[in-house]
Amino acid sequence: MAKYVLKRLLWMIPISLGVAVLVFTLMTFCPGDPAEIILGSTATEENLEAMREQLGLNDPFLMRLGDYLNDTFLHFDLGESWTTGVSIADSIVECLPRTMTLTIITLLIAIVIGIPLGVIAAVYQNRWPDKVSMVLALLGVSVPNFWLALLLVILFSVNLGWLPAMGIGGIEYYILPAMAGAANGIATLARQSRSSMLDVIRSDYITTARAKGVPEIQVILKHALKNGLIPIITVIGTQFGKQLGGTMVIETIFAIPGMGQLIITAVNSRDYPVVQSGSIFLAIVFSLCMLAVDLLYAAVDPRIKAQYSKGKVRRKAVAANG
Amino acid sequence: MAEAIAATKTTKIKKQSEFVRVFKELAKNKTAMLGLIILIIEVILAILAPVIAPYDYTAMDIVAAQQGPTMAHWFGTDELGRDIFSRVLYGARYSISMGVLAVIISTTIGMTIGSIAGYFGGWVDNLIMRLLDIIQSLPAMLLSIVLSAVLGPGYFNTILALSVNGMPASARMLRAQMMKVRGNEYIEAAQSINCSKFRIIVRHMIPNSFSPNIVQATMAIAHMIVMAASLSFIGLGVQPPTPEWGAMLTGARQFIRQCPHMVIFPGLAIAVTVLAVNLMGDGLRDALDPKLKH
Amino acid sequence: MSEQSKNTTAPFLEVKDLAVEYYSGGKVIHAVNGVNLTLEKGKTLGLVGETGAGKTTIAKSILRILPDVGAKVANGQISLDGQNLLSLPEHEMRKIRGNKISMIFQDPMTALNPVQTVGDQIAEAVRLHNGGNKRQAEERAEEMLKMVGISADRYYEYPHQFSGGMKQRVVIAIALACNPDLLLADEPTTALDVTIQAQVLDLIAELRQKYNTAMLLITHDMGVVATTCDDVAVIYAGNIIEYGTKEQIFDHPTHPYTIGLFAAIPSMSEDEEWLHPIEGLPPDPAALPEGCAFHPRCPYATEECKKQPIAMQITKDGHQCRCCCMEQIAKGE
Repeated sequence: MAKYVLKRLLWMIPISLGVAVLVFTLMTFCPGDPAEIILGSTATEENLEAMREQLGLNDPFLMRLGDYLNDTFLHFDLGESWTTGVSIADSIVECLPRTMTLTIITLLIAIVIGIPLGVIAAVYQNRWPDKVSMVLALLGVSVPNFWLALLLVILFSVNLGWLPAMGIGGIEYYILPAMAGAANGIATLARQSRSSMLDVIRSDYITTARAKGVPEIQVILKHALKNGLIPIITVIGTQFGKQLGGTMVIETIFAIPGMGQLIITAVNSRDYPVVQSGSIFLAIVFSLCMLAVDLLYAAVDPRIKAQYSKGKVRRKAVAANG
Repeated sequence: MAEAIAATKTTKIKKQSEFVRVFKELAKNKTAMLGLIILIIEVILAILAPVIAPYDYTAMDIVAAQQGPTMAHWFGTDELGRDIFSRVLYGARYSISMGVLAVIISTTIGMTIGSIAGYFGGWVDNLIMRLLDIIQSLPAMLLSIVLSAVLGPGYFNTILALSVNGMPASARMLRAQMMKVRGNEYIEAAQSINCSKFRIIVRHMIPNSFSPNIVQATMAIAHMIVMAASLSFIGLGVQPPTPEWGAMLTGARQFIRQCPHMVIFPGLAIAVTVLAVNLMGDGLRDALDPKLKH
Repeated sequence: MSEQSKNTTAPFLEVKDLAVEYYSGGKVIHAVNGVNLTLEKGKTLGLVGETGAGKTTIAKSILRILPDVGAKVANGQISLDGQNLLSLPEHEMRKIRGNKISMIFQDPMTALNPVQTVGDQIAEAVRLHNGGNKRQAEERAEEMLKMVGISADRYYEYPHQFSGGMKQRVVIAIALACNPDLLLADEPTTALDVTIQAQVLDLIAELRQKYNTAMLLITHDMGVVATTCDDVAVIYAGNIIEYGTKEQIFDHPTHPYTIGLFAAIPSMSEDEEWLHPIEGLPPDPAALPEGCAFHPRCPYATEECKKQPIAMQITKDGHQCRCCCMEQIAKGE
């Protein structure tokens, strides 16, 4: 098991390098002259040329890529923002925790509400609790989170004045963004939980449990849910990626200075080093979370744990965008 | 040769009857039909927008700016006095076509890649999968943001940025299905009558593998519509004054205190469209795979 | 009727006029249509019939574990030791399940919870019914494992680490952990290799003897019936069509269907060129034929058979048969 975790951690190195190469390569195709972005449109040609030389933009692509990887991965030097001159590492250290807090709160809300909703729907299949929760879930997966965020602001901030519409501070600042982000996750998890619970409830071992005289509530919570969780965990994993992305958009609405704000502002001002490093960091965080999800499988399913211990890494078709 | 023709014929007949079965199954599903009807109406409205729209979507009327819904302006007017109803109608052209085109491109490329990986296996498969790993280790929204930055804003660039996003998922799904199918005896049978590799992939493996992809593609349309709107909303996709729904929301955001209707209607249009696509997708999933039906 | 049964000593298990319906896609499926049977303590009754004849449904009705959605006991009584099971409240019934009555399932591969250790799965039943602390339940579970021939140190292993035969042993251990009075064995050997089948049957027989457990054995294997059962009920389309002791059924099969079943077993002594299946297919339980459900496949069918259901005929020695042409058939032989 420890060997498996180590293997997965080591595997993250080539993945992060891959992401870095991918993002760096994409960024070189970005429109615009970096020197002009830094110095502004009023700069003279000599100044621009000097700046290009200083940034190493006149070097061949592979050399620049090599330099970048060397700085980032061997010296942990992420450089400075082109537009503000602030150290990128400092910005990330400041912004990443906010984004992660919001993402994790959102995901937790989705899990805590979504899974029970799906389980209840499955238990009361085709009766009113099922129908009500599935209609809600369908609405939840269909409402764009940024629109829901705006609606929540209209209702709770503008009309009722209960919660702040933007900024950071105490827990009350996180409530609206988390609600807006979680709606989709709640709905997706509820739908997945319902369908996987329905599959499980029909299995023979559930009949075995009932035939043993296990009370129904225990049949559902102890026997069915633990088995039903396996496909649900997959969805939690993919949800994490979605929530991370969703949080980035929602941050811009609530003016939360997180990674989303950082990267989107950087994209709009063509501050490419910030976009580059920000993306790589988010990719690493995302990979770590996917590893956590894989370990969760092992905790729930002894068959998968046995596979890990044997060293047979089961590759799942993680449809992160599905 | 005669055998080959016979084989083609039988697959055609089989495919057709399968198509008819799925459609009949779908037609029985009331919610799926509701979704389909909403979508058809939306597409008709989008196509006929110039005929139906009560106002020119660019026509400004400063006197009538920021009005709430009235008989003259069903969805009210925006800060420049443009009719929101007309703009939402035209917006359907952008949002729906962006979702559909992005999915068509991503599924086509994804399935091609997936079938190559699934058929050849070995190092080809390994290389492709590791590349997809890298793409997928960026959260979808982040990748879209980076790609939009590279490609620049605009209708086609946004579609392209979104397509790259959906590609790994459909590649993986088709590959997984093909791995399953590859072990089947009819593939061996096809090899034994000297079918070419290309023919085996196109005529035998893909037809037997792609039904989960159809469901996924339908659901992906819903997802892409939201992503396209999100990108436009944060200022990266389609730019104002184009009446794309997400872009309309960007403009409306500043007036959220005074004119909530400017925010409500374009968003409602997105939600209804996405809901309709999801209803269709659910129905299609049940029709294609009765095992999954509950 | 009811007065009579009160006066005489009631049988240990009595199923009366049991009818079960399933509802699926707007159709009513008549899975069980008025089944009567009795079983004494320590005895074995074999339920024989084709797949889909309603055998499992009868067993599940006794234990009241039919699916909640879409299944309903439409009529009938099931009593155990004079206690009507169908009218018991759920919490009372729970005390009976796995305790007084337990069930062995057809497919051991899917009957065990894949994420719970086999030991815990046995101990769970013990704790639910015998009370006691965790340790006592675990001890009993270990004891049961040993009794079914599995080493106790495999307590903490998971079902995927066991072979099919071993899993069925675990299922048996769960079923017998609380010394049930009645065991419902639903094709306990069908999913197993032939070599394992005999072992499992021997194991069940041995354990039953120890505790004087009655058994309702569901099977379609006449060989298993011959070695295990005291009485036999032949089920067709949700109804018992012939019922008697093993000797009566094996030596004097009377119903054309039973005769067909025996004729379908290839003889080892004669050099047979063809198998002799019963012509036709079992009827669709959603649309049972009028009259005798077997008439479309019956070589002796008369006009009368198509009109109304055939009543159960009882011979002097208690052999029951639901056929109106018994005499003809007997002569024909």
